Amino acid sequence: MNFNLLIGGAAGQGMETLSFTLSKLLQRRGYHLFTLQDYMSRVRGGHNFFQLRFSEDRVKTHRDDLDGIIALNQETVDLHIGRLNPDGFIIADEDVTSDDPRLITIPAKRIAKELGNPKVQSSVILGALMKLYGMDVLHLEDILADKFDEKVINQNVEAFDKGHELVDARFEEPEITKEPTMMVQANESIALGALAAGLKFYSAYPMTPATSIMSYLVRKQKATKMIVEQAEDEIAAINMAIGASYAGVRAMTGTSGGGYSLMVEAVGMAGIMETPLVIAEIQRPGPATGLPTRTEQSDLNFVINSSHGEFPKMVIALRHPEDAFYQTARAFNLADKYQIPIILLGDQYMADAVRTVTPFDVDKVTIERHLADEEIYRNGKEYKRYELTDNGISPRLIPGNVAGTMVNSDSDEHDEMGNITEASDVRINMVEKRAKKLELLKEELLEPDFMGEEDLDVLILGWGSLHSPLSEAIELLNQSGEMKFGTLVFGDIWPLPEKRLRELSGKAKVLINVEQNYTGQLAALISQVTGIRVNHSVLKYDGRPLSAVEIKNKVLEVLR
Amino acid sequence: MIKKKEFVTFETAWCPGCGDFAILDALKESLQEMGKDPHRVLVVGGIGQAAKTPQYINANGFESLHGRALPPAAAAKIVNHKMTVIIDTGDGDSYGEGGNHFIHNIKRNVDMTHFVHDNQIYGLTKGQSSPTSDIGHVTDFTPDGVTSTPINPMASAIALGCGFVARAFSGDKEHLKSIMKEAINYNGYALVDILQPCVTFNKINTFAWYKKRVYNLDEDTSYNPTDKIQAFTKALEWGEKIPTGILYREDKKSYTDHISFLQEAPLIEQPVETEVIKGFMKDFM
Repeated sequence: MNFNLLIGGAAGQGMETLSFTLSKLLQRRGYHLFTLQDYMSRVRGGHNFFQLRFSEDRVKTHRDDLDGIIALNQETVDLHIGRLNPDGFIIADEDVTSDDPRLITIPAKRIAKELGNPKVQSSVILGALMKLYGMDVLHLEDILADKFDEKVINQNVEAFDKGHELVDARFEEPEITKEPTMMVQANESIALGALAAGLKFYSAYPMTPATSIMSYLVRKQKATKMIVEQAEDEIAAINMAIGASYAGVRAMTGTSGGGYSLMVEAVGMAGIMETPLVIAEIQRPGPATGLPTRTEQSDLNFVINSSHGEFPKMVIALRHPEDAFYQTARAFNLADKYQIPIILLGDQYMADAVRTVTPFDVDKVTIERHLADEEIYRNGKEYKRYELTDNGISPRLIPGNVAGTMVNSDSDEHDEMGNITEASDVRINMVEKRAKKLELLKEELLEPDFMGEEDLDVLILGWGSLHSPLSEAIELLNQSGEMKFGTLVFGDIWPLPEKRLRELSGKAKVLINVEQNYTGQLAALISQVTGIRVNHSVLKYDGRPLSAVEIKNKVLEVLR
Repeated sequence: MIKKKEFVTFETAWCPGCGDFAILDALKESLQEMGKDPHRVLVVGGIGQAAKTPQYINANGFESLHGRALPPAAAAKIVNHKMTVIIDTGDGDSYGEGGNHFIHNIKRNVDMTHFVHDNQIYGLTKGQSSPTSDIGHVTDFTPDGVTSTPINPMASAIALGCGFVARAFSGDKEHLKSIMKEAINYNGYALVDILQPCVTFNKINTFAWYKKRVYNLDEDTSYNPTDKIQAFTKALEWGEKIPTGILYREDKKSYTDHISFLQEAPLIEQPVETEVIKGFMKDFM
């Protein structure tokens, strides 16, 4: 079974509690799920909806057609009924009206009122919904325990039971192999990966859709003995993170494109100072304020080229929650090793989507600081912060630890000691030294994920959060039987890993890039770096996420 | 025993007669006399002539971006609060480009000392007006004289709740040193606005101009620097007479005093709580 539900209403109608409770009930019963929230940039009112897809098998991405609508208001029915499958259903309170035979109305509001708490109407609906799916014995009280007091929990449980009695079961519950899962968002995964990597200082200015990284860390700062600082602006946020990193701890900042625009001067400072830094840039549609609560992949070019001058940096596009966890942790090791800024690119789609994943294994995370050996400097070796070495990586010490040894870092060009200079030979040496580090980094890039048929006709190229929709789209395309399809989805994206790309593009008859932007930024990057020309593009830029079915249809369309 | 020369490094890029020399000298002597170890001192600058100070003193140095000296300095102190953190930078860097950081680091109250080399002019970019240039000051970029109201760093800092607000004059080294030491010892963000001549670009606020006007408030036994209203009144005094000394002080907790786990050890020495972090995964199950 594989069902796709939509819960809709106005902000403040208790939709979030309903969505959370439903998700948790399903997760604890052993289902895999993927949920997506569509909200407007306002605190109350407006139309908001939540989509939940669940199955006894893995679910990686959303689907557009609906098997059920849970309508907390009339508007939800009116707006979404067109997407409802012929055998689908709508559950709503009696005050929602429609001629559509698929509508099931229940007296949710009346029951809630009788129970003395109008807010528990959503639990009446939830009870009815669970019954439709043939699910009994659900421990609602366990899930609500952290959220409400005993009285409210009891009201909800009673409401749930009443709802459960109102309808008949339509489906039979399948056999489920229960395995532990985490139900998590990509932003939470970034925060968890950073904590596992030993993050001690996070400075940021709140900006949708990056804020949830910060809010997760804030809740954990005491337990993990780390500090989250809300800076006065993004410029302060990144400059603070660089200061913290210079002083010796693992530091990070996070923002969206607008905030990153303010940060870029300091990205260059981290570059020339050779101070490790991890930055999460969670994209939303721009330019300027753009569509604050929606999704896009339009900052790739900008991030790769961010800040004036030439210096090494790395860009990693995060693909899904597990990737976000492990790649974030890896980014800290690479930033420390090469003493460079590393930008993690996420987007609103993955930031707010919640899905079940195999629990993250903290033991798989290693912490490699790559600091210089303090002993040799205690024993009299002269310390040069920017010492010219064969591989371009200079010894990094934590200031204050070795008597007689000073750590001097500058945003101006500098000599090996960190003294400002305009000498031509020093400048040449320093530019080349920094550039060397990128060459070395290229040797340990991770090739993009490949999915589909190796002996392919069509190679689809994508990056970041499109990993999940593409993985499903490839299955659909290969089932269509027209041709053989494969996809490469980039995680490490700058520097661009070229091996698999060159190999597979040589085999394919047609190359198609699928991206959530207007200009096809990945295709342009590939062409710039490798000279490989991508024949066709599937691009979407309305701020709404691409689904697997949409990708399949558009790919077949361009091939016609 | 630390000798003064331990804080000495190489030749500077300053003009002969620049007030920066006296400030640099006073800073080196103050640190020396306070018994600070150079490797336990961090000097942070922004960009500008004054901001080159980290280059000319033998201590840890962080020469940041224009206007951005305060954020990395604050973070470095939060990370390792056993270090002495000093910011040396100019009036343009502090009150112009870095104005937002000036406001918010007063709020943040990290234990660090901000020495503003205030010459009321832009030196490195060759003579434009600065946030503290007086009305009527003619520069290449303000040929009819400055018309916008100068920032009053003392009054602004007091109004914003700064716990240590002082003004010094580069021409009175002993007084400057005594203020510097008090400021460095103060637990919290300490602002010291140091009046200094720019011998090349400011022909109005010269050494003689300042010398004629400044007087030592610290010698006035009737002055109570903990009285905020009195301090505010003093802060507004500018013109024929300019008060120097500690205008206002108020003891309060600094940023790191509020964080309980930092009372045991600095952040830099805190272990990674791997087992605790593993436990977080259960919250998502």
